[in-house]
Amino acid sequence: MSKKNISQHSASNEGKQISKIDRRWIFLFILLGVSIPLLIPFGFEIEVTPNVKMVYDLVNSAHPGDRILLSFDYDPASKPEIQPAAEAMIQHAIDKDLKIVAIALWPMGVSLMNEIYEKKSDNLNYGVNFINLGYTAGGMVAIQSMGRNFIDVFPRDANGDDVRNFDIMRDVRNFNDFSFVASFSSGTPGMREWIMVAGDSYGLPVTGSTTAVSTPGFLPYINEQRQLIGLIGGLKAAAEYEKLVGIPGTATAGMDAQSIAHLIIIIFIIIGNVAWYLNKHKSKKEA
Amino acid sequence: MKYKLPLLIAFCAGILMILSEFIPRRPFSQLSGTLESWFLIIAGFAIVLGQLSLLKLNIMKVFSKSENWQYHLAAIISFAVMFLFGILFGMQRQAGLLGHGEMLSNLIGSKPFDYIFINLYQHLMAAMFSLLAFFIASAAYRAFIARSLESTLLLSVSVLVMLGNTSIGAAMTNSLPAYLHLPNISAFIMDFPNTAGQRAIIIGAGLGVIGSSLRLILGIERSWLGGK
Repeated sequence: MSKKNISQHSASNEGKQISKIDRRWIFLFILLGVSIPLLIPFGFEIEVTPNVKMVYDLVNSAHPGDRILLSFDYDPASKPEIQPAAEAMIQHAIDKDLKIVAIALWPMGVSLMNEIYEKKSDNLNYGVNFINLGYTAGGMVAIQSMGRNFIDVFPRDANGDDVRNFDIMRDVRNFNDFSFVASFSSGTPGMREWIMVAGDSYGLPVTGSTTAVSTPGFLPYINEQRQLIGLIGGLKAAAEYEKLVGIPGTATAGMDAQSIAHLIIIIFIIIGNVAWYLNKHKSKKEA
Repeated sequence: MKYKLPLLIAFCAGILMILSEFIPRRPFSQLSGTLESWFLIIAGFAIVLGQLSLLKLNIMKVFSKSENWQYHLAAIISFAVMFLFGILFGMQRQAGLLGHGEMLSNLIGSKPFDYIFINLYQHLMAAMFSLLAFFIASAAYRAFIARSLESTLLLSVSVLVMLGNTSIGAAMTNSLPAYLHLPNISAFIMDFPNTAGQRAIIIGAGLGVIGSSLRLILGIERSWLGGK
């Protein structure tokens, strides 16, 4: 047997040793680790990170009566991570008396946006401080068109009514009539397209929320050129925003579960490494 | 002609869009605006085309009794149910062909389309995504082994970032100096080594997009025509 084959054989043996723990045990521990904190919250302290504070400051810097654009670019798969951030930002906008123009670049974003509207409808007056313009196809090109003439892309709201009949849409021509855009994004089209077109081409401040797994890809845009102004990345960041707004929601509730799940994964990684090291030591001795 | 005409249209449209970025004056700005409107209309039709294509593919699989044809049948039934409820009773505040379907809405609490979307589809999608947590836990246990210097580095960084992104990580290192505080370590890893790598990827991808766009505009890349 060649040296290469021997090393492959030994690596595969080690692999077999590591995989000796039935994966169902791991699944069981994760299940318990996630469900127990959801039933009995531990209330771990949540620290606010600079990226989330930047988003909060941007919303805070808008003046009462200013118009903001919220784009719902996600579907139910990412709802547990992104919806809490959207809810917290809408609550913040209500507290600041901002006017919310909601659109969706993903077809299913409309229903998710509507769910939040139903929840907060007591504080939202349709057509006055909130409007749901529904979904538009076209992604990046649609954003480009909105920058030229917003009403051309959204002549009617999600219910089919002429948008010019609503107070909130009067005088809206293009991106100059909005304070900023926040994209709640879990893929393409989403936040990247908003940065490239609305931010870089039209100078509209862009912020938003994304899933934890997508967050590293957006960090380069948070730079001195302010391509992206802060980021609510994943459930932890959504919990931080909830803390800033002062209304703990589903993200805060989920943070304990996420913390314990991460800890369990780390414990299993340590177990895997110890098992691998012991096996390696044993096979060396036998050789 | 079958190939030359689409190539010519693609060339003219591509060049026009590039010129409009550099010369934001009439007629270029106006023409690019018109092309954008055309694109939005075509994109709308593309959704219908995609649905028809999905339906055709699934029907063919069911009729040819290909492997796991039952799943394709389930897809067709789901598609038909949502389509019919949407068309007949509408969704949210929009009316369908038969109005708002008040009787059904009163019975189940919301319109049938919304009821299925909220109570079934949303939970199924969230459950599918949540399953990742279980598989990631199992995969991390097997894959994150300190076999070499590189894998040790990967392992250490992943553990630091994972802990730094939890409330436990912050609580564990609260009493330590700021540079040893886990959320700060995690933020450093994400803001510097990660961002440097991500920037390289973004720049590479950007250059790739420019290259492939030029290939399309100049007619070098012709696979979109359906040929070889």
